[in-house]
Amino acid sequence: MSTPGSLTWFAQHESRLVWRDTFSMLAAGGAGRQRRLFIGLSVLLVIMHAVAWFVVGPLARAALDHDLPTLMGITVGIALSGSAILSQAMESVTRTFYARSDLELILSSPAQVQRLFAVRVGAIVFSVGAMSIVFVGPFINVLVWQGGVRWLGAYGVMASVALAATALAIVLTVFLFDVIGPKRTRLIAQIAAAVIGGLFAVGLQLAAMFSTGTMSRFAFLQSEAALAYAPRADSVVWWPARAAMGDVWALLLVFAVSLVAFVFIASVQVPRFARFALAASSVSHGRTDRAPANRGLRVETPSGALRRKEMLLILRDPWLLSQTLMQLLYLLPPAAMLWQSYAHKGGAPVVLIPMLVMAAGQLAGALAWLTVSGEDAPDLVGTAPVSTSRLLRSKVEAVMVCIGVVFAPLVAGLMFFSMTVAFIAAGAIVASAVSAIAIQLWFRSQFKRSQFQRRHASSRVATLSEAFSSITWAAASAIAAAGSWTALVVVLIALGILFVVRRISPAGHRAFS
Amino acid sequence: MGVEELSPALDIRGLCKRFDRPAVAGLDLSVRRGEFYMLLGPNGAGKTTTLRMVSGLLQPDDGAISIFGIDARRDQVAAKQIVGWVSDEPMIYDKLTPFEYLEFVAGLWNVEPAVAATRARELIGWLGLEKFAHQRCEPFSRGMRQKVALAGALVHDPKLIILDEPLTGLDAGSARLVKTVLTERVRAGCTVIMTTHILEIAERMADRIGVIAGGRLVAEGTLQELRDRVGRGDSCLEELFLTIVEQDAAVA
Repeated sequence: MSTPGSLTWFAQHESRLVWRDTFSMLAAGGAGRQRRLFIGLSVLLVIMHAVAWFVVGPLARAALDHDLPTLMGITVGIALSGSAILSQAMESVTRTFYARSDLELILSSPAQVQRLFAVRVGAIVFSVGAMSIVFVGPFINVLVWQGGVRWLGAYGVMASVALAATALAIVLTVFLFDVIGPKRTRLIAQIAAAVIGGLFAVGLQLAAMFSTGTMSRFAFLQSEAALAYAPRADSVVWWPARAAMGDVWALLLVFAVSLVAFVFIASVQVPRFARFALAASSVSHGRTDRAPANRGLRVETPSGALRRKEMLLILRDPWLLSQTLMQLLYLLPPAAMLWQSYAHKGGAPVVLIPMLVMAAGQLAGALAWLTVSGEDAPDLVGTAPVSTSRLLRSKVEAVMVCIGVVFAPLVAGLMFFSMTVAFIAAGAIVASAVSAIAIQLWFRSQFKRSQFQRRHASSRVATLSEAFSSITWAAASAIAAAGSWTALVVVLIALGILFVVRRISPAGHRAFS
Repeated sequence: MGVEELSPALDIRGLCKRFDRPAVAGLDLSVRRGEFYMLLGPNGAGKTTTLRMVSGLLQPDDGAISIFGIDARRDQVAAKQIVGWVSDEPMIYDKLTPFEYLEFVAGLWNVEPAVAATRARELIGWLGLEKFAHQRCEPFSRGMRQKVALAGALVHDPKLIILDEPLTGLDAGSARLVKTVLTERVRAGCTVIMTTHILEIAERMADRIGVIAGGRLVAEGTLQELRDRVGRGDSCLEELFLTIVEQDAAVA
């Protein structure tokens, strides 16, 4: 038994909470759900390994050497996963300050609070490391299987990246706290996390596009221009790549540097966390509306009032704004490609349209969840003299208006390229968005808007269905843009997916039983 | 006089709702027009379930609900038009200001803009929200949130106001304000149905009191009628309530 208030005692407390939280999430719904979950995860694991086989299998079998293009490719791979890990770590560090759940109890106790924060920071390293292993693990496994045990070093590199990313996340978040204060840090940190998550990948794509005319990141890395600017093969920059390829000394060094950086930053900054948490909890979010105080009451029809409310809430939702920003950020490369293609009278719709269609589906799904399931005043809306169908219609209209605002300019841009292509894009964007909204309606449930981040956990079937639907509509649009009638078959598949999803959804159970 | 004018504000017949066990079991209840009716009961008695069914937030398994003569199960929209609902947990939008919240509610109930503007100004004034009318609700205390929710429930001038433990967690000042506003509404001709565990408030404010236990109405009347029923002429409501609930438990 550890002494109450000690580091190990807090670690036990935290791990018990995490374990019970995870267990209740996995065990909810009884043995049947556990079995389905197990089967689903196994299938996902097999699929991810199959994808990894196709992507890195040939590389692993090629007996890669420590030459510059290889080192560059692996370094970029590490940096790509590192940007996602850093994004996740920033989210987690910010949450450490702003989560109010048990913090007030612990802060009001005579316990050494920095010990709790030390444990929580350690938990962040563990969680972001685990997350990276879930996504990168299959690729490493294939490399080990096909390329030899030397690739096990990649796991050590991922652990180092988790340590370094958490250290950097602490530095960035504390910097934001010091510079802009607790009131704005949450919003800015969320946006920064989202941007960091996508910036590296997008930046690389843009660079690739303007230098070689291709959206492939790795083709750009093989170009003479990139190789000319890269450091020499024996540079320290490539140590993480060497470590991933099985260089034990490089691995030990990379891990040691990351560990020392993490321990140093944590020991310097963690004692300040209690102050930050107190500052965050005492922040007044009071904000005066920009509208003049003496303006009249603007009363609309029930549908108009609902649409207006949803739009206002979407515009004022920092998390959503950062997510939308991400969607738009990912649209930058295709937009740039459009510009390039238009300038050279070339053709790029097959590449461009599916990206737009997928983004539309994902954005529509997120917005539909917020407006339909994330209704913060269900009692108020439920007691209003408006029929349920009218309520839902108004909410759907609000989502479609947002989709229109984001995607109409891009479709208009396509019109300069080809009216047919623009027509296909518009149709597929609408179909993808409507499908995602329909899925959210069929799987609707009651949540708080603030649970947006956990929406994927609430219904994995809805999330997967939404993704499958968007991908299928994207494929259909790409084939249609290429001028093939096969697109009609894919459209039928997309409609078939919707039919199946409807059948297995709670709404479908009610309707069909 | 039409049917609507003759009928009680709320008339419930044989209302049933079952979750894993019966929550409301054949409840009969009638509330007169212009009455301040307190619905009391121990935890799990079925008060909230009953009121949520009346407000259209829950679908009854069986029974009839009539609000000012309107069949609330058949014509939900018409019934909802004249009802205002306030729950114990104030559900408002963090990112809207009280002013915008009232705009939204007025829109939902299709209130004439000029009428809504006057009422919103009055309510914001009555509830002491002038200083905060154009601030987002995010940092508001529970009391402030409850006031905003109450303003929302009143902005469409409902004929029947239903409140489920509206005074939970309110400070003395806010609680008094809410009670004053409700008393004023009853004076103006509104009907108020409220649940509370603060029996002193029920004793002081209610025209009639209904005691519900096990999903059924086990006693009803004015304070004096309840005293007569129990046979204790000078008892306070707390003693009466506990006696009634104990007697009912003994019979069951």
